[in-house]
Amino acid sequence: MINPNKTRLRRTMMFLNAQKPSLIKDPYIYQPDSIMLDLEDAVAEKEKDSARYSLYHALQEINYRGVERVVRINGLDTDLWREDIRCAVAGGCDSIRIPKTEYAKDVKIVEEAVIAAEKEFGRPEGSVLIMAALESARGVMNALEICDCSERLFGIALSGGDYSKDLQTTISGTGVEFMGARQHMIIAARAAKVQCFDTVWTNLDDMDGFRRETEMIHSMGFDGKSIINPRQIPIVHEIYTPKPKDVDFAEKVIREIDEKKALGIGVFTVNGKMIDIAFYDGAKRTIALAKASGVYKGDL
Amino acid sequence: MINAVGRDIPEEILKATGKEVFQGNNYKDGVRFTKVGPTITPVMRNDHSKLVKDIHEALVKCNAHDGMTVSFHHHFREGDLIVNMVMEEIHKMGLKDIRICASSLGKAHNPLVPMIEDGTITRIESSGVRGKIGEAISAGKLQGLAIMRSHGGRVRSITTGEAHVDIAFIGAPTSDDYGNLRGIGGKADCGVLSYAIVDGNHADYCVAITDCLVPYPNFPAHISQTKVDYVCVVDEIGIPSKIATGAAKPTTDQRKLLMAKYCTDVVVNTPWFKDGFSYQTGVGGASIASTKYLGEIMRERNIKMGFGVGGLTKEMCKLLDEGMARVMLDVQDFDLDAVHNLKNPNHHRIPAGVYANPLNKGAVVNKLDYVVLASLEVDVHFNCNVVVGSDGVITGAQGGHPDTAQGAKCAIVICPLLQGRIPAICSEVTTVTTPGESIDVVVTDYGVAVNPARPDILEALKAADCVPLKTIEELRDIAYSIVGEPDPVEFEDRVVGIIEARDGTIIDVVRKVKDVE
Amino acid sequence: MEIKKPAAAGTLESSDCMVTVEPGENGIELDLESAVIRQYGRQIRKVTLETLERLNVTNAYVHMVDKGALDCTIKARVECACYRASGEKQENLPWGGAIQ
Repeated sequence: MINPNKTRLRRTMMFLNAQKPSLIKDPYIYQPDSIMLDLEDAVAEKEKDSARYSLYHALQEINYRGVERVVRINGLDTDLWREDIRCAVAGGCDSIRIPKTEYAKDVKIVEEAVIAAEKEFGRPEGSVLIMAALESARGVMNALEICDCSERLFGIALSGGDYSKDLQTTISGTGVEFMGARQHMIIAARAAKVQCFDTVWTNLDDMDGFRRETEMIHSMGFDGKSIINPRQIPIVHEIYTPKPKDVDFAEKVIREIDEKKALGIGVFTVNGKMIDIAFYDGAKRTIALAKASGVYKGDL
Repeated sequence: MINAVGRDIPEEILKATGKEVFQGNNYKDGVRFTKVGPTITPVMRNDHSKLVKDIHEALVKCNAHDGMTVSFHHHFREGDLIVNMVMEEIHKMGLKDIRICASSLGKAHNPLVPMIEDGTITRIESSGVRGKIGEAISAGKLQGLAIMRSHGGRVRSITTGEAHVDIAFIGAPTSDDYGNLRGIGGKADCGVLSYAIVDGNHADYCVAITDCLVPYPNFPAHISQTKVDYVCVVDEIGIPSKIATGAAKPTTDQRKLLMAKYCTDVVVNTPWFKDGFSYQTGVGGASIASTKYLGEIMRERNIKMGFGVGGLTKEMCKLLDEGMARVMLDVQDFDLDAVHNLKNPNHHRIPAGVYANPLNKGAVVNKLDYVVLASLEVDVHFNCNVVVGSDGVITGAQGGHPDTAQGAKCAIVICPLLQGRIPAICSEVTTVTTPGESIDVVVTDYGVAVNPARPDILEALKAADCVPLKTIEELRDIAYSIVGEPDPVEFEDRVVGIIEARDGTIIDVVRKVKDVE
Repeated sequence: MEIKKPAAAGTLESSDCMVTVEPGENGIELDLESAVIRQYGRQIRKVTLETLERLNVTNAYVHMVDKGALDCTIKARVECACYRASGEKQENLPWGGAIQ
């Protein structure tokens, strides 16, 4: 069974410390596509226990109004992650984010624990999805095997902080240090037909830099970006919103191909130009994105 | 007796005050009345000196007595030293049963509480009170009634003689020895003296208090020598840093920015947003941010503001300087940029009466297209409460809220759905201070509600598809679904204060709060 | 669950609450401070007592300073303080059972 949420729209995934009531009570008013309730780095070591109670009741009682609820568990190198998964799955999370993923087996270990938790807490099998954060050179190099290893895995995300350290460099703001990782990951993700998400931009005083980086990863093919502040949401969504001329073109492509195919004609023209069938899927994606962004009200 | 906003006003309060219950916004429209003037002491001799050596001498010369009414303005905001200075002297003289008629009182005036407790002060009339005085009134410590009036309502009450002022104390940043007063040029500049103009016109005695005596004539005077009996020079009239602060740093609070964005979207998508439109807004983070957003759209579409009015801030004055607004009409300055901007020839001072008095021949607020306001609570009838906290304790001021809300064609209230756990959008406000008929749009972080009485606005916003529209009941239900329905605050029967509508009728009463065991 | 030693959970930040539990002998003694006590005091007490009951805490002194926390936060803080005070290992917790 394939969980239909696997391919949902994920332009923005906002990090929130699961332990902070003021942050987790109503992040949906900013309309991110996903929130990532963090049990890992944002939570101080001595509050690891309290974050779980906070997470569980938030998942149970707060109506997040359709925003995807991803939970970042603690790393597999800790003694915390198993209980994190039990707590998140029992609470009703939509997805689990695995930090520091390096091998396909990391995903398999988590998948097993998730399956056990789904059983224990009476959730339908396959209802909890998984994503993997790649935070090391090894993880990035193994992107394809990670993407390919689980039916539950909806995507991979670059985690730039740790990755840049592993690469023995620092984050410059130009993106040069992430060039290889981004290129490699998006190719792997597309090969495996899963989604791919970019790392956070932490300098909130440089919104122009954030915009430039978002434009870049959008052009590279990324599905979305991890974000740390609601201020970043409208910028990402704006960049991911198809332009009117693209929507118009996509609509014409779909109509032209549907029409001509019904008539058994194999040659298609839009705006006087010849197009081929390979345009079709892209046009469908553009319309879906335009609908999600609220800029397409047509009947396709 | 039940009034037009459904509040039961006790008969004994109506009897004791001689007031009527609120009967709707335009009840007194066109109803003729006679203004009341002061009894004054003319000065004919050319050797008369108005200078007095201290407040005590001023009080003696002004015939201070038990039961009198003294008045104050609040242009020095939380930096005011005048009220305490005068009241301490009155207290020292052993005078009792004093009525204070102030344009507003704040936390700076906490030292008045012991004077309330010992019967020096028995009545307080103000646009509101914050801090310990509010708590004292709500605890029933004031012997008489507190009366809360809007800025326009205060001018009305003084000109009709209902609030007869025996001695007005006017703090003035500069004065000459003959009582020409200005809001600038001194150590504690507040820019304008708008709220005190009516006191100058209608008080029997008028005492100017300054810490900066300048050579005669201190012109152009904001309050003229012809109104002032005595001039008293003191060391300090106010604390400059608490009067007009540096312009507030633009907020980075996402919730406020979100509401600011919704608010601006409402403004620019309603029919009055066209060249020459008029606008008033406040000093809160969301208000300032929405002015900023609005400025961006005005520049983009080359739509200029005809006039801006109100308590002014840097953001509004910037529009004037850039030529994006034609005129600013100023009753109060919230930051130093606004004070300095008075140098702009199109930035005009106006008296509070011109601004908002409902019973003159038409106030400036009547010409407003938009006003952006805040509120502690808004209920499903669109009634607002800006005076009494949800815990039942007096903690805010009407200010110009009821005046501008009634006057503006489109009155927008920005209000986060929840204040901590308290639902700001509720079934019934604790106390009605602005009637729902004046409020057109409520902007929250969870969506925007339009008063059903304004289908024109609702249609415009629907057509523009610019903000998440909700009904006010939906907003209330969302709030209650998140925080639970609050238990009603328990009050005792005793009425400690009344909330006057602009026209002097009673829109609600404030009762003594019950102690929590 | 037995409260063996004093323990606390939560903070004094807005929308949070700070809960301290100490061993007690005469049932539950709940001491509540809240800025919204007039409107929500009853509800906060109810949620706190129900949470303690689910955890089977029968003797404890509980002090709560509430800063406008929602019910979900109140439960979380009470549970965490109790587990810490009980000294029990916080693994295989009864999510959906005693914790709900």
